[in-house]
Amino acid sequence: MPLLETGPEVEPEFAVSVSNLNVYFGEGRDTFQAVKDVSFAAERGDTFGLVGESGSGKSTVLRAIAGLIEDWDGSINVAGQSIGKTRSKDFFKNLQMVFQDPYGSLHPRHTIDRILSEPLLLHGIGDVNNRINKIMDEVGLPHSFRFRFSHQLSGGQRQRVAIARALILEPSIILLDEPTSALDVSVQAEILNLLKDLQAEHKLTYVLVSHNLAVIAHMCSQTAVMNAGEIVEVLNIDKMSALEADHPYTQQLLSASMGYDADKAAAMELL
Amino acid sequence: MTDTAQSQTQSWRQWLTTDQPTSRRHAKIVQFYLGWLSFRSNLLAMVGLFILLLLVFTWLFAPFIATHDPLAQDLGARLLHPSMEHYFGTDALGRDIYSRIVYGAGITLYIVTLVAVTAPIFGLLVGSLAGYLGGWVDVVLMRITDIFLAFPKLILALAFVSALGAGLENAVLALILTAWPPYTRIARAETLTIRKSEFIDAVRMQGAGTMHIIMRHIWPLCVSSIIVRVTLDMAGVLLTAAGLGFLGLGAQPPTPEWGAMISFGRKFILDHWWVATMPGLAIFTVSLGFNLLGDGLRDLLDPKGDKS
Repeated sequence: MPLLETGPEVEPEFAVSVSNLNVYFGEGRDTFQAVKDVSFAAERGDTFGLVGESGSGKSTVLRAIAGLIEDWDGSINVAGQSIGKTRSKDFFKNLQMVFQDPYGSLHPRHTIDRILSEPLLLHGIGDVNNRINKIMDEVGLPHSFRFRFSHQLSGGQRQRVAIARALILEPSIILLDEPTSALDVSVQAEILNLLKDLQAEHKLTYVLVSHNLAVIAHMCSQTAVMNAGEIVEVLNIDKMSALEADHPYTQQLLSASMGYDADKAAAMELL
Repeated sequence: MTDTAQSQTQSWRQWLTTDQPTSRRHAKIVQFYLGWLSFRSNLLAMVGLFILLLLVFTWLFAPFIATHDPLAQDLGARLLHPSMEHYFGTDALGRDIYSRIVYGAGITLYIVTLVAVTAPIFGLLVGSLAGYLGGWVDVVLMRITDIFLAFPKLILALAFVSALGAGLENAVLALILTAWPPYTRIARAETLTIRKSEFIDAVRMQGAGTMHIIMRHIWPLCVSSIIVRVTLDMAGVLLTAAGLGFLGLGAQPPTPEWGAMISFGRKFILDHWWVATMPGLAIFTVSLGFNLLGDGLRDLLDPKGDKS
């Protein structure tokens, strides 16, 4: 089975597939192409990783899929359907996103209750009370937090609220934009494990953006490496863990993630 | 006996300051109460609030507070000095100035309330639409706002009043038409900083429409700076209203409007100082009250402060 589909016909087992995606910022002579000819496909019930340094365009790909950026061309398929520039309400029922900064993604003047009930009200779903209590249980938030404001919660708790908000419409696909990079290390592991448990329970498909190779290795089975708006390589996580990358940029990224090597540095000194 | 009373106030306080509210309303009450606690510690703001409550009280109970009929003329008692009979003296037609000021409180409140309710809401609507939608909507709305801003306030109000005819209602209308542009600017600036936030992206991802986002998510964050600006502007509105009254374009005689009263006392200002000074002091006091309250609210509500 080919890893990449370049044509518009896509195997139905792909939850999200993107082909020849270009994203532009600005107009006229100031146009900047942030994403160049990106193609990948994420399998259903799996986690697909997008890794790269800051400014490599990985978050931009996610925002284009989510419909938050309109200036793109190419084709995006979600759950077997080709997606245009404008998104319907039903689209958002099936695809949700968790943002990078839990301090910025929750409205500062709304209670947790209001944040979680809003998606239900917008989609005309009843039984608000039970659904909120159930989702708070699932993400591990005590019920006593329900009427607190977001500034009364810690970073990890806020991210749990953001995850609960993404899950409350019971989507099958969740886009994760660096979901742990704003949290400290001990909380990061908790959130990642929570995401894994939820995935197993609800058979979710994740598209995970991160600059942290350890996070990618923990979560994904397959990852695309991005640099300067292009995918340089798509590799299996086993291959990545064995440090067997084909592309020099990926090799560089992997060796950088190994940290500072005293012997190597000493050897370079001697030369 | 006192023990139970004490424990009752204790539990009330706990209910009001809890960090684990049990319902939406409870959460709102707690937030309001905590705000009130920090507002109460600001002495000057409390003075401002007291002055405005006094104004409302005066309006509500004017018939009981006033000592004379504000319109009753007594040509035998013209231009009397302040005394126990006439607390603030009498004017050129022998009317009791104290009673006229008391009844004038209602007119002042009428002007201020109408302007404070309509102009900011209109400005908020126009500004947040311009800021959120951007593009040509922004350009058109903001250039119209600029045109209104380009005129001096009083001159524009004068033009409106002279076109519509003198009178209190038209003066208020003119004040509203001149007061909204600054709110539009504030609302637009606030909206521009908010609309790129991740929480706005998040609500867009829930399928919310433009008006829902503006009204439910952007307005709550603009409102605090608008409220502060309103209280600080009210002193200016009051003075412009008084100015229109002074020029004879606001409330018409014999209505006891403070600005018109000053204008009426101008002729006697050298020999009979109290005729113009007393209503002037009333305007001064209420303006001061609004300013002090505005400063206090700014400390409390400013979203750029250390709170939330």
